Amino acid sequence: MTDKNRRGFIGKAFGAVAGVGAVASLYAMKKSWDPLPSVKAAGFTTLDMSGYKGNELITEKWRGKPVFVLKYTPEMVASLNDEQKKRVLKIGSDTYMIVLGLCTHLGCIPGYNPAEKAFLCACHGGTYDVTGNVTKAPPPRGLDIPPFKIVGNTIVLGEEGEEYKKLLADGITLSV
Amino acid sequence: MRELKILAVVVVFTLITYYLVEPFAHSHMHKHVEGEGYAYADLPALDKKGDAARGKELVMGAGACTGCHAISKEGMPAGMDPTMAAQSYGVNPPDLSNAGAVYEGKFLAALIKNPAHALMVEHKFDAAKGKMHPMPQFYGAGGDKDQEVADMVAYLQSIAPKTEELTSEQAYQLACGRCHENRYAGWTQIGQTPKFKKKQDELKFNLAKADYQDALTKYMGKLPPDLSIYIRSRGEHYIKTFVENPQAYLAGTAMPRVGVSPEAMDKVIEYLEDSGDAKRHERESVGKKVMIFTLVFALFAYLWKKSLWKELH
Amino acid sequence: MAHFTKATSLHDWLNQRLAIDAVRRVMATEYWIPKDINFLWAMGMVLAITFAFLLVSGIFLLMYYQPNVKTAFDSVNYTIMTEVDFGWLWRHVHGVAASVVFLVIYIHMFTGIYYGSYKKGREMIWLSGMLLFVTFSAEAFSGYMLPWGQMSYWAGMVITNIFSLGDLHLNGLVEWIRGDYVPAQAFLNRFFMLHVLLLPLAIMGLIGLHFATLRIPHVNNQEGEEFDFEAEAEKYKKGDKKGSKVIAFANDFMSKDMFVVSIYLIFFFYLVFFHYDFAMDPVNFDPADGLKTPTHIYPEWYFLWSYEILRPFSTNIGLMAFGFAQVIYMLLPFLDRSPNAVPAHKRGAFKIWFWLLLINMIVLTAMGKMPPEGIFSTIGFFAALSFIGLWIALPIITKAERKL
Repeated sequence: MTDKNRRGFIGKAFGAVAGVGAVASLYAMKKSWDPLPSVKAAGFTTLDMSGYKGNELITEKWRGKPVFVLKYTPEMVASLNDEQKKRVLKIGSDTYMIVLGLCTHLGCIPGYNPAEKAFLCACHGGTYDVTGNVTKAPPPRGLDIPPFKIVGNTIVLGEEGEEYKKLLADGITLSV
Repeated sequence: MRELKILAVVVVFTLITYYLVEPFAHSHMHKHVEGEGYAYADLPALDKKGDAARGKELVMGAGACTGCHAISKEGMPAGMDPTMAAQSYGVNPPDLSNAGAVYEGKFLAALIKNPAHALMVEHKFDAAKGKMHPMPQFYGAGGDKDQEVADMVAYLQSIAPKTEELTSEQAYQLACGRCHENRYAGWTQIGQTPKFKKKQDELKFNLAKADYQDALTKYMGKLPPDLSIYIRSRGEHYIKTFVENPQAYLAGTAMPRVGVSPEAMDKVIEYLEDSGDAKRHERESVGKKVMIFTLVFALFAYLWKKSLWKELH
Repeated sequence: MAHFTKATSLHDWLNQRLAIDAVRRVMATEYWIPKDINFLWAMGMVLAITFAFLLVSGIFLLMYYQPNVKTAFDSVNYTIMTEVDFGWLWRHVHGVAASVVFLVIYIHMFTGIYYGSYKKGREMIWLSGMLLFVTFSAEAFSGYMLPWGQMSYWAGMVITNIFSLGDLHLNGLVEWIRGDYVPAQAFLNRFFMLHVLLLPLAIMGLIGLHFATLRIPHVNNQEGEEFDFEAEAEKYKKGDKKGSKVIAFANDFMSKDMFVVSIYLIFFFYLVFFHYDFAMDPVNFDPADGLKTPTHIYPEWYFLWSYEILRPFSTNIGLMAFGFAQVIYMLLPFLDRSPNAVPAHKRGAFKIWFWLLLINMIVLTAMGKMPPEGIFSTIGFFAALSFIGLWIALPIITKAERKL
């Protein structure tokens, strides 16, 4: 190896070592942007299902996002079709809709009309039925169902229970 | 001249864009409500002449106003503190000392006769469904009811400050302040935030405020918003017309019609401007001076340019 | 060591160490600008002045602003607006300048397009300018988050959601950008950092680059005329200023620039003091509330055209169209296949294309603000299609253009 080549090689090697250092620091930078452990730990919410009234939409909070809880009256349960039944949750003897109250288009909060039993997103005009299925675009899919686990007459948001995993597997909701 | 033509093209396209994005778009986004000048045309006129002395007897006696309302000016204190009053009635019944100046006479008369109707909250307080407004109707004291009401209104007007003496604080506190906080002005629903000497006093005050707000939230459905900078977020026209008839903007809202007189409304606006746009006078006066400066600056810039370009053309 | 002599004056002292005479010659007195220009050539100076306003007002706002979700809103609306002496002035100047700077950027851009100032050696001017446009957009967006009002919060929510990229469902990426599941403290703090440090650094670097890209190809002129700068400069230096086709940057060009700036300042300060609502949206004077969406969510006016390209389509196609809109201007020098670097009015079909594009942009901007219903939805949809169509047509019509 001539001297010149050798110098060229060492120069390139030096550049490569510097590159490794730079890439390694990028890893640290990426990790510094991650949500903090305390933020992630605050991600579980338990709801006691005994207090809800039929056809009254209650907005709970989970991970800072609104969660719609709607208890169906017996008439509303009777009017559900097969498609809609797939999306509702049975907790104890009652039937509920529990969804994220964020439009799947761009994340606005749809408003509920108890008389028409439907949701309208004021931002871009999307509508959903009483179970959160889309009835008018632009939303690409129904309101997402947050991960949940049913424990007796309570529900834990943030944990993935059997019922939730089934909904995921059936493609009724996406993981959020 | 070519440059002026180019300038005209730039200006025209800019103005078209501005027009479409601002006035045009906003006219489609927001409902426009024209005010009625606080005429409250749906309420009957107050044509009977009231007798303040008779009115005083009614207010203190058969009308039973002072059972719930303080009239501090006449030495009638409130029966309970604001928080306890809110827990009993939903909202603290107002001190009537300034009522005659803040509220329009015909509104006061209508209010005494049928509060839910005058306040436009019959959707919320429907007597037929057993939902009574916390303020009972006045069924008359045995004589001509209309005359009795006119007397009471005359009394309230006689003790109230004159229109020109009414301060913006008095107007805001009576018309808005029992439901709406204004933290930039230091106002809470239970009164002006005092200077605290002891931590305990501060905690007590905040506890009383939180209890009041809880009771109010239950009464109204949600906590009425803080109005600190409503003058910037809503603007004068919206506030004025909203107060006059809240149902025109938001059908079904729990916010009652307030029934203010036009003069008292101007005072309320002044209060909101003081909290939400405190430096408006400075802005206008500095603005004028800066505009004059920019004109002088432009003149000198022109002269300089001309002196240099004389050699170039 | 270089040889230094005893300085005869402060000027000489500096000159020996910093070569200030040479710098002055290169950057000012012998930096040649074509004489045949109009006021649109002063937009660069107008932008520089506006940027200086933003920088100075920003420094004063920074002294009282608190990047905390609990205190941010009141630190702006109470502390700065009512307590700090002239705090309201800095805020109004900052808010209005942030909006007006985009108006001037668009005028500057469309001037470049009209006069063909992105071609024949001037490609780098265009590219560095477009990079500036992108960083200014990011700067404006991050700054809009800081007062933590309703529009800050919801624009932050909607725009960061775009990064889930439709059916790719990259929620992890969205949460990574936010540092939380929703816009919260981590989000406000990092946008604060971007707004006051990283992006301004990038902008200042890019402004330097943008100036540097001009120096060698020189500024274009009103007729797209090519001439020998050296020869014309010689004429000027010999005293034939009237006959020469060039003028010096300082003070000839500068004096014209400053006159245009002075007219602009009248307009600018009128807006600052008497007509600021368009730049300081009333909705943002409501504090952020994650559980209550404003009735209408719209970005500031300068983002409306690209927002409208996103909106009328279904999510995935909308995102692709949006991505297209973000990069397509950047590619202009390479999509224009014509050999002519002359004003649009000499170029036939391109002239029509230019005015159609401008009108299309205005229609998109207007529809982007309208509630997405009825006829406005339809107009927006066709305007978005026309935008894409116009850019696809550009290489074809310019290829067909005959050489002048």
